Amino acid sequence: MNYNADEKGYYGEFGGAFIPEMLYPNVEELRQNYLKLMYEDSFQKEFNQLLKDYVGRPSPLYFAKRLSEKHGCKIYLKREDLNHTGAHKINNTIGQILMAQKLGKTRIIAETGAGQHGVATATVCALMGMECIVYMGEIDIARQAPNVARMKMLGAKVRPAKSGSRTLKDATNEAIRDWINNPVDTHYIIGSAIGPHPYPDMVTRFQSIISEEIKWQLKEHEGRENPDYVVACIGGGSNAAGTYYHFLDQPEVGIIAVEAAGKGVNSGESAATSALGKVGVIHGCKTMLMQTTDGQITEPYSISAGLDYPGVGPMHSHLFKSGRAEFYSATDDEAMAAGLELSQLEGIIPAIETGHAFAIFEHKKFKKDDVVVISLSGRGDKDLNTYIDYFKLA
Amino acid sequence: MSNRITTKLQEDKKLLSIYFTAGYPALNDTVQIIQDLEKNGVDMIEIGLPFSDPLADGPTIQESSTAALKNGMTTEIIFNQLKDIRKTVSIPLIIMGYFNPMLQYGVEAFCKKCQEIGIDGLIMPDLPLDVYKEDYEATFKKYGLINIFLITPQTSDVRIQQIDDASNGFIYMVSSASVTGSKSGFGQEQESYFERIASMNLKNPQIVGFGIKDEETFKQATKTAKGAIIGSAFIKHLTANGTDKTAEFTKLIR
Ligand SMILES: Cc1ncc(COP(=O)(O)O)c(C=O)c1O
Repeated sequence: MNYNADEKGYYGEFGGAFIPEMLYPNVEELRQNYLKLMYEDSFQKEFNQLLKDYVGRPSPLYFAKRLSEKHGCKIYLKREDLNHTGAHKINNTIGQILMAQKLGKTRIIAETGAGQHGVATATVCALMGMECIVYMGEIDIARQAPNVARMKMLGAKVRPAKSGSRTLKDATNEAIRDWINNPVDTHYIIGSAIGPHPYPDMVTRFQSIISEEIKWQLKEHEGRENPDYVVACIGGGSNAAGTYYHFLDQPEVGIIAVEAAGKGVNSGESAATSALGKVGVIHGCKTMLMQTTDGQITEPYSISAGLDYPGVGPMHSHLFKSGRAEFYSATDDEAMAAGLELSQLEGIIPAIETGHAFAIFEHKKFKKDDVVVISLSGRGDKDLNTYIDYFKLA
Repeated sequence: MSNRITTKLQEDKKLLSIYFTAGYPALNDTVQIIQDLEKNGVDMIEIGLPFSDPLADGPTIQESSTAALKNGMTTEIIFNQLKDIRKTVSIPLIIMGYFNPMLQYGVEAFCKKCQEIGIDGLIMPDLPLDVYKEDYEATFKKYGLINIFLITPQTSDVRIQQIDDASNGFIYMVSSASVTGSKSGFGQEQESYFERIASMNLKNPQIVGFGIKDEETFKQATKTAKGAIIGSAFIKHLTANGTDKTAEFTKLIR
């Protein structure tokens, strides 16, 4: 089976480009050019140079000894938290800002949930001297205040999304409306493996550096390129897509996705799309989507702003539907406990999004010799206020 | 019977079409609003199926959609409200909405229901041309529904030709690069866009939408085009004046 996007951007039955005509010229321009541009030697050279010198790649693959002892398997952490700006998001924004330059765009817009993608976008815009506008849900602006300040310090304008649930999905709506209103000079840097084709595929390719590095790094550690499992949390699915990419066609590698169950899958306050969703169309793509029987998109909930999205990228819908990946979901409490455990066993405070991936051990028992690579997608600095409130640390 | 849109387009006049969101201001206003619009000389109506995430719409239609959903509007309820509409209303009726609610209802079931009620056409901005042609054109045609596509000032001539070929009613000409309800007045840019489209001699007439709000903008838009669609301005009127003053609104247009 093919787990990557076909010519029209479909992963099995999922994907495509369900966009209003107003967006067609921009999306079509991107579709026609993205592969050609991103595989030009000069693009690759510049991209890899920036990833090395500016982002600080390769990110380490770290054998987590104490965590491994605790959970009875061999756990490696892919340290995306050590990237410049503190998460995997910057791999994609570096790629897309170069793409925007090649396409002659001068103004950048983005949506953000946790603010990590917003910060990563504001950062590359500062780097390249481009105007930057970030849409962010009003609720997220309140719960991710440090990241809002960082974006402003980097010179970006942060515009609140005040409609709907006032979180990531609404910020995405606002960014799309901005793009409709500014069709000529603007490039929209989508922050996850979502949106109309070619976005899911383009974002996945920029993030695929994660699994490319895992392969040679694991070879050094273990003498083999393929782990037994790769594990990632899924919001829209960009860190997961990058972590899985080079293992999709290696059937001996188990693929594990962890979604946000919020207060419990059946609590009515959840973001566990694979469990609660049905096929639908959101933000320009056909994918698994939390919605009412009437096709209205449901307002999701998670303690982590970055997983608070009612859909998943089309690649992940296909991995779920085809059975290629195992899907689990972790509650707020499980994710917070896993974050605390990682802090105290390994001295690494993860983003709350990332905490969900580490909650896998609540749900799945691994064998002693299993090599499990977990995407440590981001660090927890931005979440300190939430941790303080939750664990009464003040 | 030939489609009411086709018949209407043959009339020797500029057409005034009005959009409103079903279920707004109150859940059961739908039929009354349609009847009043016809009584006041409106030529065609777009009945908006509210959606939680209307990404091509500006604040006015976003808010009316949110309110309609809060009022309890669903696809099933609209179909119920409209089931006897053809006993009292004879102008063309079009359902305008986003694709996901239609997909969940079932595309074929949705089209069948439209035919039973006497709906003449559909506007689904996020159902793109290629998907329509490959997957749904046959179903739309089977139930006698005209699908209406949008074009914008950025749409290339080649693409406009493709859209013209795939259309069998009219082309919805979005007046400017914007979401609904955001531009005030038309400038030089619109003028040359309207002329460019007129000079293409398309087989389908064009009806202009987005940014029409009064007599002046209606006149400008219909200088070359066959008609114009008013949406946000009418919703604002409903919000400010309630549902029983439709005449006051239509009087201001022509
Ligand atoms: C650290 C971190 N991990 C994961 C995510 C979820 O996004 P994605 O599923 O695209 O990786 C986010 C989103 O903000 C994030 O900040």
